Amino acid sequence: MQVLQEERAAVGIDLYRQMVLIREFETEAESQYKAAHIGGYCHLSSGQEATNVGTVHALEADDLLVTGYRCHGFALARGVPARAAMAELFGREGGCANGRGGSMHLLDVERGFYGGWGIVAGQLPIATGLALGLVRQDRPQAVLCELGEGAVNMGAWHESLNLAAVWRLPVVFLVVNNGYGMGTAVDRASAEPDVFRRAESYRMPGERVDGDDLDAVIEASERLLSAARQDRQPAVLEAVTYRFRGHSVADAGLAYRTREEIAEREARDPISRVREQLIAAGASEEELDAVVAEVEAEVADAVAYAEADAEPPVAELAAGMHAAGSDAQFERMRPGSPFGERELIFDAGLGR
Amino acid sequence: MTPAAVAEAAEAGADAGDVAVANYREALRMALREELTRDERVFVMGEEVGVFDGAYKVTAGLLDEFGADRIRDTPISEEGFVGAGVGAAMLGERPVVEVMTLNFLIVAMDQVVNHAAKIGAMFGGEVRCPLVIRTPNGAGNQLTAQHSQSMDGWFAGTPGLKVVAPANPADAKGLLKAAIRDDDPVLVIENLRAYTLKGEVPTDPEHVVEIGRAAIPRSGSDLTIVSHGYATTRALAVADRLAESHEVEIEVVDLRSLRPLDVETVAASVVRTHRVLCVEEGWPSYGVTAELAARIQRACFDDLDAPVERVGMAEVPLPYAKNLETAALPNEDRVAAAALATLGLGPAA
Ligand SMILES: Cc1ncc(C[n+]2csc(CCOP(=O)(O)OP(=O)(O)O)c2C)c(N)n1
Repeated sequence: MQVLQEERAAVGIDLYRQMVLIREFETEAESQYKAAHIGGYCHLSSGQEATNVGTVHALEADDLLVTGYRCHGFALARGVPARAAMAELFGREGGCANGRGGSMHLLDVERGFYGGWGIVAGQLPIATGLALGLVRQDRPQAVLCELGEGAVNMGAWHESLNLAAVWRLPVVFLVVNNGYGMGTAVDRASAEPDVFRRAESYRMPGERVDGDDLDAVIEASERLLSAARQDRQPAVLEAVTYRFRGHSVADAGLAYRTREEIAEREARDPISRVREQLIAAGASEEELDAVVAEVEAEVADAVAYAEADAEPPVAELAAGMHAAGSDAQFERMRPGSPFGERELIFDAGLGR
Repeated sequence: MTPAAVAEAAEAGADAGDVAVANYREALRMALREELTRDERVFVMGEEVGVFDGAYKVTAGLLDEFGADRIRDTPISEEGFVGAGVGAAMLGERPVVEVMTLNFLIVAMDQVVNHAAKIGAMFGGEVRCPLVIRTPNGAGNQLTAQHSQSMDGWFAGTPGLKVVAPANPADAKGLLKAAIRDDDPVLVIENLRAYTLKGEVPTDPEHVVEIGRAAIPRSGSDLTIVSHGYATTRALAVADRLAESHEVEIEVVDLRSLRPLDVETVAASVVRTHRVLCVEEGWPSYGVTAELAARIQRACFDDLDAPVERVGMAEVPLPYAKNLETAALPNEDRVAAAALATLGLGPAA
């Protein structure tokens, strides 16, 4: 494996560790969901780990990341602690969004991760605006914006790419093409199923990469991100991968694809691929098994942490909704004020 | 018609002729199947309505029955396919557009509010838009802020639209059929938690529920609760609970239509009970309950023994954590407390 040969072996092993972490985390999230410890929608990244880890590896510390709702893998790759991610899924105070966001809305502003977003393509204009902010602040960084291939048929896709191109903004739109948007195969929804080719319409580079090939993902991401940083050249990177599980935990994922297709893709598991490459490059089975054991312990610890962590207090229901100091503005609407009404819970931590 | 006669007619409508027991989603499917069979111009489109059987399985099996031309899967392009529904409707087609949830209809707000709603009046009545949009609102499954909304009032406050919100399977069927037969754009607001509600549904394919008529699913003399959609399920449960615990008889007025709004039935009930609580799933400020309060104070000024009270979702983007979500919803405890306060039996707001 290139990364292993060209850089220190430790980097390759660390990337492997991250991929295993994502898989273990997702497997655990699915069973915790089925045990009703996690609610809402829960979209897993299993099968897409090489794309998660490879693209995020290409980010510099001060680059920014925005994703859709299938965000666990990106969050973990970006370094969000498994504890903070699992606690968020459990709806606990120690979650990375303080228990307010859940599975779809992980974020970590300190690590430049500006959120998992739930409305298909809603994050694209936001990523474009983050890139605009970087330019206005003269920061030599770039934004990586994840979306599914199903999102490219929304108007926001067109508007964002056009804006990014006319304003020359440092943003790379990463289309994670896992074959299906819910139950809809790409070619049933897209007149141009070669998504990367759409970039041409905006005169920006568009590339397709095997999203299960970690080296290829890293190489393409690094190249496009550095062009974004250096030349403010926006781009589209399409990573072709596969989601092993259903659209969300609630979907068995079998109504629109065959068991054979899933089995065939599982046999080409990106994690096994990396493991084989590491072994071929000299890593030992024991060393890699130790990584897996370490990750299993990390995920078990994250679950224990989430279980023990407190629920957010109801008195803080509106925490964060408005900026500090807004309390006074809303004072005359709150229950207890002369004309406040019982149903307006504005006193519950507003502006805190 | 007097309010009482309207209420009676509304109630009678729901149990005329033969009935089958069905849940809410099955009732909607019955309506679609009957209307697709009755009228060639009717067709269904939306995300995942065909191969996937519908995100919430309302359209399950219809693709096999009616084919891909009439049960049309769309890309994820709400503005595009809602607008396409508007255009097809202008040509006399009868599109029934499914939007996966009300939250995603916001993406198509421009086509709904600035286009569909304008057509009749802006073009002087020269062209009509017989479009139906079906979509569920609602919260309660920890779907969080972007997926848990009920902005019913936004749409009901838009002249040019008709908005209905069935609370039970019979009305789901009858109102959807009425919407499909209507010559104007009609938004049918369903509810995620209502899909599994069971009830008796008239099987007569000619049975429709008139748009613009409220129903009185429970009569009582002490307090009126006015609600629509899933809030009606909550209101009925609270009425039962307080009948037991406090021996009060609560009347429930289920609006069924938000625009047009049946103020007459609401007012007639309040004139009888002298006290009224308005409940909705969405945020009350500038919402359906705000509208009701304004109408009721005017219609019933001399009859009210207590201020008009309301309950809705706490005014925050709905948080994920289960305990916070529960506290923020217009849950039965909150509705019951407000009912008791309005009755003078509990602490005031
Ligand atoms: C505007 C909007 N419409 C519909 C949905 C419901 N929805 C959530 S995910 C999804 C499929 C998206 O597929 P894709 O973009 O390929 O991403 P993937 O889930 O495969 O990662 C749909 C239709 C939504 N969240 N937002």
